[in-house]
Formats: sequence, structure tokens, C-alpha cells
Amino acid sequence: MSSLATAKPTAAMSIDDRSMLTPPVHDLVRVENLRIQFPPWNAPVRIIEDVSFQVRAGETMGIVGESGSGKTLSSLAILNLLPPPARITGGRIMFDGEDLAAKSQGEMQKLRGRRLAMVFQNPGYSLNPLMTVGAQLGEILKVHEKMPRSMALQRVEELFRLVGITDPGSRLSQYPHEMSGGMKQRVCIARALLCNPALVLADEPTTALDVTIQAQILDLFEDLKARFGMSMIFVTHDMGVVARIADRITVMYAGQVCETGDKHAIFARPSHPYTQALLASTPRIDRRYAIDGEGRRERLPTVGRAVAPGQSLGGGCRFAGRCPEAAPECSRLVPQAAAIEPGRVVHCLKRGSAGVASHD
Amino acid sequence: MIEPIPNLRQGVTPRPLLTVDGLVKSYPLRRRGLFRQTVTGEIRAVNDISFSVAAGETLSIVGESGCGKTTAARAILHLVEPTAGAIRLGDTDIRATFAEDRRPDVLALRRQMQYVFQDPYLSLNPRWSVRQILTEPLRVHGHAPKEDWDATVESLLERVGLPPDYADRYPHEFSGGQRQRIGIARALAVEPRLLICDEPVSSLDVSVRAQVLNLLADLQEDLGLSYLYISHDLSSVRFLSNRIAVMYLGNLVEIGEVDEIFARPRHHYTAALISAIPVPDPSNQAQRQAIQGEVPSVVRRPSGCVFHTRCPAALPVCSQQIPPLSAPDGTHAFACHNPR
Repeated sequence: MSSLATAKPTAAMSIDDRSMLTPPVHDLVRVENLRIQFPPWNAPVRIIEDVSFQVRAGETMGIVGESGSGKTLSSLAILNLLPPPARITGGRIMFDGEDLAAKSQGEMQKLRGRRLAMVFQNPGYSLNPLMTVGAQLGEILKVHEKMPRSMALQRVEELFRLVGITDPGSRLSQYPHEMSGGMKQRVCIARALLCNPALVLADEPTTALDVTIQAQILDLFEDLKARFGMSMIFVTHDMGVVARIADRITVMYAGQVCETGDKHAIFARPSHPYTQALLASTPRIDRRYAIDGEGRRERLPTVGRAVAPGQSLGGGCRFAGRCPEAAPECSRLVPQAAAIEPGRVVHCLKRGSAGVASHD
Repeated sequence: MIEPIPNLRQGVTPRPLLTVDGLVKSYPLRRRGLFRQTVTGEIRAVNDISFSVAAGETLSIVGESGCGKTTAARAILHLVEPTAGAIRLGDTDIRATFAEDRRPDVLALRRQMQYVFQDPYLSLNPRWSVRQILTEPLRVHGHAPKEDWDATVESLLERVGLPPDYADRYPHEFSGGQRQRIGIARALAVEPRLLICDEPVSSLDVSVRAQVLNLLADLQEDLGLSYLYISHDLSSVRFLSNRIAVMYLGNLVEIGEVDEIFARPRHHYTAALISAIPVPDPSNQAQRQAIQGEVPSVVRRPSGCVFHTRCPAALPVCSQQIPPLSAPDGTHAFACHNPR
């Protein structure tokens, strides 16, 4: 048993005591060379190829990428919730000294909702429309903590208050359809925190919300992180959101990691050509876009060439086809992790990565 | 004929292409009984808004979901029928033309203003090839002889940055960004003067979004198009707009030049909206003023200023009197009793 597991707080403790239990900094999650494939198994489709990243205790790891980058699949793999027929075919997911990738669904069920919790993108789809929110959150405590009903409802109410739900007592008996999108997402966040998890995975939790509500929910995440000291994996496509919420960032492209490192370092000195292009092509509200005397406006820098439908999942660096710096060997050799600064890793042959031929 | 718009109306530019004056769209609130329905009230989706779009300019309408921005755009095109107000395109009275319903007149009007939809996956017929999609408007409007259609399709595809030999492919063979280019090409087929773009890039990935925004800028400069750009994404709005109109709960609360609005928002809602946008720069996260609460229901509109229930600077007068939209400096108009 690791120190973290023995320090597991009980629901009877008041919430403020819990931050005292924050363990010293270490890697809570280590994803090592994760590979996820889809059939046909004689020539599998390699959706996720050699993805590695670490999440330290108490930190928020932001995983950024566009659609198809594998950011959601990587986080679902941690929970062992991959949509069939996808399968983990290589690598390890170390959590608390144990490999989650090797665990059975039964063992994972005991961890999910208790030590590992998830907040999904669309709160409307992830709540049961036929149960009151009090009943469906209470059920979690009944299953995981064997808590009697009245005590469970009390605990749910306490968490509702904590996540900023007004009049939490009467909300318990409401159904999801009686709530706004922002309120439902608060319920989902309360649900994730019920059993005081060590790791919360949040997959685009603010994408479906309006911007003023998004700002409120991001504030809430920051507040809860300070209070509970849990680790978080925050998956998003929005560079602005990740700049606010993350401590460290992993940038992904087409199932490969481009770079990992401290948020400030990555925004100040993006290294991988894809990160550079992503930052440059994001329009920003905090700058003026010039319009000249004849009404011609300046243009946004764009990422190399357009993506062809069904982008390359073949060997080598998968960004090579769009990369302005690509050399012939880039589409042949997979770039390995290269440390460029303390705590900062980039995968690019032009940045000192070693290249290995693809595994086929 | 509608009466000419007085000069003191705010948000009106010289030489306007599109003029919207006092636009209202309301829906009846019904209670269903056993034998009949009774109308118990109305929902004002768009509440008396006025603005204009000059030739060659982009006016963006921004706001959160339910603020009425899409309803306003649809009412201009008569995709929903406006309840009240005057809308003119150039010298044509749009509402009168649709009321008379003479097909040649309606077609001539529709040719001048086209719509680019939000979701390029839903707005293209999956069973039609790109050629069919692009020749349909040519067939309906009949402004180009049939023998020119193939050449027109090719030049349209080239215009939006797609290879002409893609014409015989089907929508499923394209990525989201390419589909949106096809949607734009379809809108351009009838050589319009005004494009109403309803969140055209919000379903696209960041790197593709930049390409489509650049394409819209190219088209505007080359063809002299006017855009009415509807969006909740203030970053793309900042890039593409000349002027911005901010809507809240069906009302126009502020309108002005883009840089002026971002630098000196006068309405507290505009300021809150701008500060809610996460900036992609971790060292620039200081100035945030989150507003509390959520947008009230349109069924129970707050009295006075519709924003007073969430406003950090609300005065007693705000819940009693509706603040008029006024522009002390003549260009930057806002509706607030206690402006910033």
C-alpha cells in the first residue's frame, strides 16, 4: 500500500481537514509509451502511438490538441473506459504504484468514482434524466462508501454548497432537466468530488457552456483544486482555457505527443513546430488586427498545409506532412523524447530527438 | 414605403447596404387547454434593435446563447418573419418585398444576401455531389446560362481554395474546414453583396479556423462583400470585424468600432463578456471580473435594464427604467444608466 492510499480520508471528516492530507510532490500518474489500436488486428490502426506523460500530485495537467489528436482517448484509457473495439496494446498506466492498463473491469469499477473521477464535456448527457440529482449522487456514496441514505444526502448537499449551487437542499430533489447547463456541470463536478478522488479527469468540461458560465466554472476548478489538493487532467482544444487552468501542458497531434512542459515555458517559448503554429494561428482578443488605408486587414498565420481527410497515421512524425521544417527522415522515423529544458520534453527530429523506425 | 431613418438612430453608418430599424421578433406564449390554446403572453427573442452594415464592412453581433443574435439574422433574411421593424437592403424594403411575395422580386432580393451556416456537416446534402450543391443556386436563380455552369463551379471552388477536380466528390469525402469552404462557395454562387455568417468557424479546429477566417477576409477584399458575422467567439470577432454589436436577452446593449469596444467597453455586460474570455497567455491572466448568476429566462424579462440582475454597478433606477441606447461621442453607443 502506498502512502497515498493509507492517507485516504473518510467522508466523515470535514472538508477543510482534507487539504492537510495532500501528499508531498511525486508523480501520481505515469503514462508510459501508451499505445491504443483499433482493428483489424492483423494490420491495426494505431490511434495512439507511444504516448507518455506524468501528472504530479496536486497539479493540473492540460492536454491540448485538435480533434483526432487522441487527447480524449488517452484520458479514457486511464479510466479503462475505451470505446470498443479500441484496445490498449502497449505501454503502462502507473497510478499509485499499480498498472491500470493491466487491471480487470471489476478492479477498475472499485477505483472509478472513488480514486479516479471524471467530468464529461456535456453535462446533459452524463446525468441520468430519470433520477433526481440527489438520488444519483447519493447512490455513488452508497456503492463506494456503504453510506446510509440520509448521511449520503447530507454529504451531497455539502458538496453542492461547495461547488456554488444556490439553495443546495432543495436542488437535491430536482431532475437534471430542471437545471441550466452551468448548474448541471456544477452537479457533475460535485459528483466527481464525492469520494474525494486523487485524480479528476475533465474532458472539455466548459466547451458546451457560454463564456461567462465557462469563466465561473474555471474559477470553481481553481478554487476546488486549492481546497482539495487533488490532481487533475484537463483535456481541451482551447489554448486560452489551458493557459488559465493548467500547471503543465502536453500538446498532442494525431495520437503523438509533440511536447510536454511547464505552462509558462511552453507559452513563452513553444518549441515544437506544431505548438508554434497552434499558438500563432489562434486569434486573440488581447491584440489589435491592423486594417490599412484601403481596408485590407492583416491575416492570421496558418498551420502549414491543410489536413487531408484521413490524416496519416503511418510511421514517422505525424505532423511531418504539414510541417514547414520537415525533412525526408521526419516521415520515416518516430521522434523520441528529448529534454530541452529542465522538466521540458519535445518530440522533434529537428530539436534533438532521436529517431526510431516505426514498429512495423 | 418605410420612413427614412433619422440620423440620431445609433449604429447607422454612412452609405449603408443593410439597414435594420426597430427589429422585433416575438413568439406567442401559449397555454394548451383541452379544446383550445390561449395566448398568455409573448417571448421577445429580439427586442427593438437597430443597426446598419456598410458596403464592404463586417458588423459582428456577439452574445451568449439565447441572446437573439441568430433570430435577428434569420429575421433579416425572412427565414423567420419579423414581428415589427423596418429592414432595407440598399433601396429595397425587404419586408414589403416579402409581403408582396412576387417570385422574381423575392429571388432578386435573396440573390443579394446569402447565409453561411454554422455546421458544415448538417448544411450540405450528403447525397449530392459538390457540383450539384453548387449548381443548385445557379439553377434556381437562372442568372447564368447552363453551358457556363461547369466553368462557374470550377471558378467557385478555386475561389474558396479547393482544387476544381473535387467537384464530383461528395460531402463525406471532405474535412470540416473543406465542407465549410463548400458552404461558402454555395453562398457565393449567386454573387451576393451581403453574407450572413452564423458562427461559420465555431465547429472547426483552431488551425482550420484560421484558414477559413483568412478566406473570409480575402473574399471580402476581392469581392467587396459585406458581412453580418454572428458569433459568441470574441477572438474571431476581434480579427474579422470593423464594428461590433453586443446583444443580451434580445436587446442591443452596445455597438461601436471593434478596437474601441475592446479597449473601452462602456456597458458592464460587454466588459464582463470580454474579461470572461480566457487569453492564451499565462502571464496575462490578471484582469478578470466574473459576473455572477446566469442569464434570466426570456419569459420573465427583468424590468428596467435587462442586465440589472447580474450587473456589478446596478443603481436603483436600473430596475425601473429602460436605459436608452445613446452615443455621447456619436459612434460608440451603449444602453446603460451607470456606464463604466
